[in-house]
Amino acid sequence: MSTEISDALVVPSAQAHTGKGLGTGNPADAFVIEPARQRSKKTPRRTRTNFEMLAWLFMRLSGIVLVVLILGHLLIMLVLDGGVSKIGFAFVAGRWASPFWQVWDLTMLWLAMLHGANGMRQVINDYAEKDSTRLWLKGLMGTATVFTVLLGTLVIFTFDPNI
Amino acid sequence: MEKHSAALDAAEAGGTKLITVTVRIRRFNPEEHPDPVWVDYQLEMDPKERVLDALNKIKWEQDGTLTYRRSCAHGICGSDAMRINGRNRLACKTLLKDVNPEKPITIEAIKGLTVLKDLIVDMDPFFQAYKDVMPFLITKGNEPTRERLQSAEDRERFDDTTKCILCAACTSSCPVFWNDGQYFGPAAIVNAHRFIFDSRDEGAEQRLEILNDREGVWRCRTTFNCSEACPRGIEVTKAIQEVKRALVTRRF
Repeated sequence: MSTEISDALVVPSAQAHTGKGLGTGNPADAFVIEPARQRSKKTPRRTRTNFEMLAWLFMRLSGIVLVVLILGHLLIMLVLDGGVSKIGFAFVAGRWASPFWQVWDLTMLWLAMLHGANGMRQVINDYAEKDSTRLWLKGLMGTATVFTVLLGTLVIFTFDPNI
Repeated sequence: MEKHSAALDAAEAGGTKLITVTVRIRRFNPEEHPDPVWVDYQLEMDPKERVLDALNKIKWEQDGTLTYRRSCAHGICGSDAMRINGRNRLACKTLLKDVNPEKPITIEAIKGLTVLKDLIVDMDPFFQAYKDVMPFLITKGNEPTRERLQSAEDRERFDDTTKCILCAACTSSCPVFWNDGQYFGPAAIVNAHRFIFDSRDEGAEQRLEILNDREGVWRCRTTFNCSEACPRGIEVTKAIQEVKRALVTRRF
């Protein structure tokens, strides 16, 4: 936790510090410093699903699998057998001729996209204060995720080396 | 903690030796100005005194308008949780010598709750979250004709979370709570834990159901701010993880 105090003026106690006279004197007009999205008696809307738990578990499990998939991917692409210099159309075509690499890339695409999208969902939940902003950001992110996943899947399955 | 100076060591060894302390308080007057302001107060204090003593001295001798909550002044009532040098602590359990009195000691209201005046925040949302986890014994069937007995091991299971004094130091140190006040927060989860793992209680499933929801335990990001802030030394993050584990193992 930081100790910076830059958000407000610092004054000695001898100096007048409260009587700036912006108030009207009416208690109903009192200023408050309010945080975002407060809990009230009505707030918890029950959804009665395990979605949050499944999302949490998915993050852990997909993370473990992704470590293997992505490190393996990077190793093959960047280090082994000449590194990046070997990558070309022929190299990709050769790999995708094998169902093993198709499944590898497909799993990596789906897990990485869903893992990243779920992480972004948490970030949006944390930082978007207005419900409408949340809705828009999540909608935008969802659309982008679905588009990328579907396009990638389509390419992996319909890839034709004789193009 | 901070390194002690020679003057502080002398003060600790011998009788009372007063030092000059600067207390920098983030003051907010809702009737006068929409912005808070940091005000410096100079005091002659014994470094073995508490931060609460410094606040009392300011209020009684320098500026009677300074507003803060305190009740028992011995770390049990949980009224005087505040952010001292950027960390949530109880003013009545923090000695001046432990918060580096050579520099100005900053004191501000706990974060994430509406500031009403100076160090006073609106605790209603905090207690609403507490109420929402049903912090009372739930049983089925007829009342037993004698006490509800429990073995020492069963009592030990939730001993840590019975220590909570509801001071809100943990909840208001949680970055998830700062950004979204609808998160239940560590304190509510700790008090749910106290009943979920009580062998005499039969409402665990209901409480787990409540904490399984969108604003429940799954929002915890394990930053350990709550465990660090707790003036009672409760392992708050551990309690939250135990609730998570209970949810996962009961659902599968």
